[in-house]
Amino acid sequence: MADEHGQQGRGSTSAGFRVLWVAIKREPWIFTVSTLGSVLFGALTVADAWVLGWSTDHVVLPAFETGEVGADMLLAVLGLFLGVAILRAVGIVARRLGAGVMQYRMQAHTRRAVTRQYLTLPMEWHQRHPTGQLLSNANSDVEAAWGPIAPLPMAVGTVAMMVIAIVQMLLADVVLALVGLTIFPVVIAVNVAYQRLAQGWMTRAQQLRAEVSEIAHESFDGAMVVKTLGREPEETERFGSRARELRDVNIKAGRIRAAFDPTLAALPNIGVLVVLAVGVSRVLSGATDAGAVVTVAYLLTIVSFPIRSIGWLLGEFPRSVVGYRRVRGVLDATGEMPYGDRTAAAPAGARGASLAVEGLAYSYEPGRRLLDGVDLAVAPGRTVAVVGATASGKSTLTMLLSRLVDPDAGRILLDGTDLRDLARGELAEAVASVPQTPFLFDDTVRGNVTLGADVTDDEVWAALRAAQADGFVAALAHGLDTRLGERGTSLSGGQRQRISLARALVRRPRLLVLDDATSAVDPEVEARILAALRDETGAGPTLVVVAYRKATIALADQVVHLQGGRIVDRGTHAELLRRSPSYAHLVNAYETEHDETHDDQGVNA
Amino acid sequence: MSTAMDSGEEIGAIRTLRRGVHFSPELKEGIGGTLALAVLASAGQVVVPIAVQQVLDRGVNGPGGPDVSFTVWAGVIAALAIVVTSFASYRMTTRLFTSAERGLATLRTKAFRHVHDLPLLTQNTERRGALVSRVTSDVDQVSQFLVFGGLLFVVSVGQVLVATVVMVVYSWQLALVVWLCFAPLFLSLRYFQRKLSDAYGTVRRQVGLMLSAVSEPVVGAAVVRSYAVEHRTQRRIDEAIDAHKAASTRAQGFTAFSFSLGGVSAGLANAGVLIVGIWLGQGRLWGGDITAGQVLAFAFLVTLFVGPVQMGTQILTDAQNAIAGWRRVIGILETPADLVDPGEAGAVLPRGPIDVRFEHVSFAYPGGPLVLRDVDLAISSGTRVAVVGETGSGKSTVAKLLTRLMDPSEGRVLLDGIDVRDIGSASLRRSVVLVPQEGFLFDDTLAANVRYGRLDATDDDIRASAEELGLGDWLGGLPRGIETQVGQRGESLSAGERQLVALLRAHLADPDLLVLDEATSAVDPALEMRIGRALERLMNGRTSVTIAHRLSTAENADEVVVVDRGQVVQRGPHAALVAEEGGVYAGLHSSWVAQQGR
Ligand SMILES: Nc1ncnc2c1ncn2[C@@H]1O[C@H](COP(=O)(O)OP(=O)(O)OP(=O)(O)O)[C@@H](O)[C@H]1O
Ligand SMILES: Nc1ncnc2c1ncn2[C@@H]1O[C@H](COP(=O)(O)OP(=O)(O)OP(=O)(O)O)[C@@H](O)[C@H]1O
Ligand SMILES: [Mg+2]
Ligand SMILES: [Mg+2]
Repeated sequence: MADEHGQQGRGSTSAGFRVLWVAIKREPWIFTVSTLGSVLFGALTVADAWVLGWSTDHVVLPAFETGEVGADMLLAVLGLFLGVAILRAVGIVARRLGAGVMQYRMQAHTRRAVTRQYLTLPMEWHQRHPTGQLLSNANSDVEAAWGPIAPLPMAVGTVAMMVIAIVQMLLADVVLALVGLTIFPVVIAVNVAYQRLAQGWMTRAQQLRAEVSEIAHESFDGAMVVKTLGREPEETERFGSRARELRDVNIKAGRIRAAFDPTLAALPNIGVLVVLAVGVSRVLSGATDAGAVVTVAYLLTIVSFPIRSIGWLLGEFPRSVVGYRRVRGVLDATGEMPYGDRTAAAPAGARGASLAVEGLAYSYEPGRRLLDGVDLAVAPGRTVAVVGATASGKSTLTMLLSRLVDPDAGRILLDGTDLRDLARGELAEAVASVPQTPFLFDDTVRGNVTLGADVTDDEVWAALRAAQADGFVAALAHGLDTRLGERGTSLSGGQRQRISLARALVRRPRLLVLDDATSAVDPEVEARILAALRDETGAGPTLVVVAYRKATIALADQVVHLQGGRIVDRGTHAELLRRSPSYAHLVNAYETEHDETHDDQGVNA
Repeated sequence: MSTAMDSGEEIGAIRTLRRGVHFSPELKEGIGGTLALAVLASAGQVVVPIAVQQVLDRGVNGPGGPDVSFTVWAGVIAALAIVVTSFASYRMTTRLFTSAERGLATLRTKAFRHVHDLPLLTQNTERRGALVSRVTSDVDQVSQFLVFGGLLFVVSVGQVLVATVVMVVYSWQLALVVWLCFAPLFLSLRYFQRKLSDAYGTVRRQVGLMLSAVSEPVVGAAVVRSYAVEHRTQRRIDEAIDAHKAASTRAQGFTAFSFSLGGVSAGLANAGVLIVGIWLGQGRLWGGDITAGQVLAFAFLVTLFVGPVQMGTQILTDAQNAIAGWRRVIGILETPADLVDPGEAGAVLPRGPIDVRFEHVSFAYPGGPLVLRDVDLAISSGTRVAVVGETGSGKSTVAKLLTRLMDPSEGRVLLDGIDVRDIGSASLRRSVVLVPQEGFLFDDTLAANVRYGRLDATDDDIRASAEELGLGDWLGGLPRGIETQVGQRGESLSAGERQLVALLRAHLADPDLLVLDEATSAVDPALEMRIGRALERLMNGRTSVTIAHRLSTAENADEVVVVDRGQVVQRGPHAALVAEEGGVYAGLHSSWVAQQGR
């Protein structure tokens, strides 16, 4: 661990500058303005002393000597002081506001880029990255990465001050100046040591911040389960132990920071003392005069301020570098889904799409195929029911159909086009999929149904009606404009499912995939929903339904029986019932039970 | 959007500090010592320049040539002062870091706990992302301030006072001039603080909104992808990001402006001192007699005053950000936990089957219509009751009232004759377990999730209870068995498997009253029937309430309760209810039978 920290520490000053360089390149103008503001501020601080000197010489002393002073001179004093003060205020505003604007703009750029990644990276990536961590990447890591921008203009502005002071020192007395300047290598050494010591802890701290955020997010997400099982103390302990770990790491990092700041502040003072000691002996030996010693010592104290402000900048580096690396981790993540350039336009006159699945294989973990050799052909407008026991791979198949993941082998053809050859967004034009677990956005009913698609309210209502959701939506306080709360909390489970269904129906897809999407829908409702899909002529979308209800299955033109990720049998419901005992066992379970209970009752009676 | 938790956001800065210290007592610990160190450190910062000044004046530039021994002595003293100052400053900062981080860890943890103590409905008023921001980044803001601001502010105020005293001793008239020049700044401070407080309050709120905007599509990644709404989603995220940027920039604008006022006041004060000094010297005012030297000396005193004033105003401004964060955390802690746990004083449910009674129970979700109306219900101990009804009829609401996730708006819920509000929460959670409709698993192993039901369960206990439930085959079929990682929210399992884990968890908790809300809705029929039979056996001697759309459960229950539009319209055994021609249940059942193709 220690070794690793050392490794990271070595390059971190330059890494810190590289991070800043990214920001400067991105926002050169604001950087220039704020730096100019800082320079203006520095220059006017010097001007202040000049104004005081001028006023003393030209106004105060004459006034006391002669007892006479014109009102114009007094006004001049006032004007000079105020003028300088106001200009300096302008400098401050330019510097601080500039630094702020630059910082917030960089934060916004990075956050946009990071969240864009969240939206483009594939599902597999999401499954490996907890939500809380992604929140932390978008928030605290971005903040950390651009932290040094705040002290940046000040530090850059004071560099000029430092350079001028150093030149003046050299002009006053080269030897004394060189003695004084020995503090610089020491400053650098102290900084390197600091970067090295602090970086490891900072890395750990950012990691822990992410973990704390992760636990909080998960725990609040599962609040209902926590409550129902009375596990609040255990959850608090889980969170608390991480929070305490973060605390300890922060304290350790703080201790290093606590040593760094005063050391940096003390160095110029020590330099002054050394200059004085050497200076006295040089004056004694006649090598220089007292004035030069005073000048060099004075200039060195002036340098101490820039050094401190540069110290503030460098002090932010370790956290910045760590934050930036974590952000880059997201930005550099690859695995974006490749898209082709084909459109999914319907062949003339066809309402449904044809679907062909050939030799499909998929595995979540290498070496363990979940789906294997799945073949399926569905003619336009036809319905196929996918039936299989729990965990047999039905949802995985539906995920492949809506291209949430790509198969390991085989292909899926929509109207003869491989899904992978379709342009981005094309698939969603043709295929709508209703997931097994509905997901609603914190938006209005309308927003949840349309998802921004350009559809009229009439069409929304028609979709809600088809999903049998019009009744309760009409009863909501604001109808279509009612906000549903995060993930639709203000609805019942079945109501959420119907909104999710309406969302698919409103798009009038050519292929509709229903993954057990009616489990919480009352029995009689489902048949009505399915019937509503067909128009007067009986034409409708091609339909893939995952279902257990026999009535639903019986409507299908074809039933495939999925077992352990393979299609073990296919045919019509009646055929399968006849020839496959395992299929019959699965779909007849209720009936068998029903008969048994009736038999029991019969015996008892 | 205003939420129940914003109540704390109204409180003033001083009260925020007081409440903050109240919630994090560590902040007070050793504050005396830290303050002493602060004084020492800031005193040292004055000693060093003075020593240097002295060495220059009397040592190097001495009247009789350089004075070596004085230089050496003064140098040694200055060096000592540097060492002492640096060390004092190091110790002070360390102590500050320690007490601040300790205090904040406590605050974070308390706030986290309080979120869980809030009623379900209050939790739902704020989005998870925003809740997370309250226990993460809001707290982080406070830390910065406590370490780098708080004490320095106290020291600055002290310095301003000392400088004022020195100035008054020199010349009370000029001191008055300085204060008059700064008066507009001091007077406008309150105004600016209020502005800043608002501005930073907005910033903190925007952080919460931004996190929510980010978290929603992350959680709903599948929907975003399958409907190809990335653009729209990104637009919404971008809006939140930009709103945060705008709020931050606005706050920074106020900060910069209010900070720059200090500089203008200083310029005014300098000019004022010189001008009034001249008038005083000329005897035009207050009959003052003052020399040019005194006026100039006073001009230097002014810098002693200006420095800490500027430092102080800067800290005050920066503090507003921290205070805004602090307020939000305190806001959570001060939101009342409505479902008060009677705690120790609460009744303890005796073990054994529980009987349940609803007496005139009505319920409305906040701001909504009544969803349960005057429900009376009696479930005798040891029976298996099925609750059926259409979507949205109020079944889950009944389940949530029964397990006290919410309290009824009117009427009472009694368990074993005791009002649930009087039962200690530990006892209630021990005896009554709900498997909610929206299952949730933690990102951990299957075993860890099941063990959530009973913490001391061994792996063998888990396997044994899986056997009991008829899930042995399924568990055995998983390549990693109970060590299977379930993924976030359980998403690496199939929907049916997630329900099996939740069921197993509830079974292991060994409750006396088990409430199942659509607990097997995604499980295949064969397995569901198997579980149903197992539960039938296992629930012997316990009370169970099962909510299901699949009426197979109702067929086998001792009693069926039919809920329709918020009212119990029918109850009785299955056989009796089917026979009630035209009844709601007969309708539900016949369509169920039709669906089964029987
Ligand atoms: N958190 C909430 N805020 C406001 N209204 C709610 C909330 N939860 C539920 N409702 C409303 O209360 C009514 C009853 O909901 P409940 O969840 O009890 O229905 P349910 O019978 O369980 O339905 P389902 O069979 O669909 O699960 C519904 O109309 C629903 O919209
Ligand atoms: N993200 C994942 N990572 C690893 N394994 C997964 C993942 N998602 C699903 N699985 C596994 O793949 C198998 C099939 O899951 P799938 O969700 O396709 O089943 P299903 O047929 O839809 O089941 P159900 O009827 O319960 O919905 C399960 O064993 C499950 O544990
Ligand atoms: Mg599934
Ligand atoms: Mg429900």
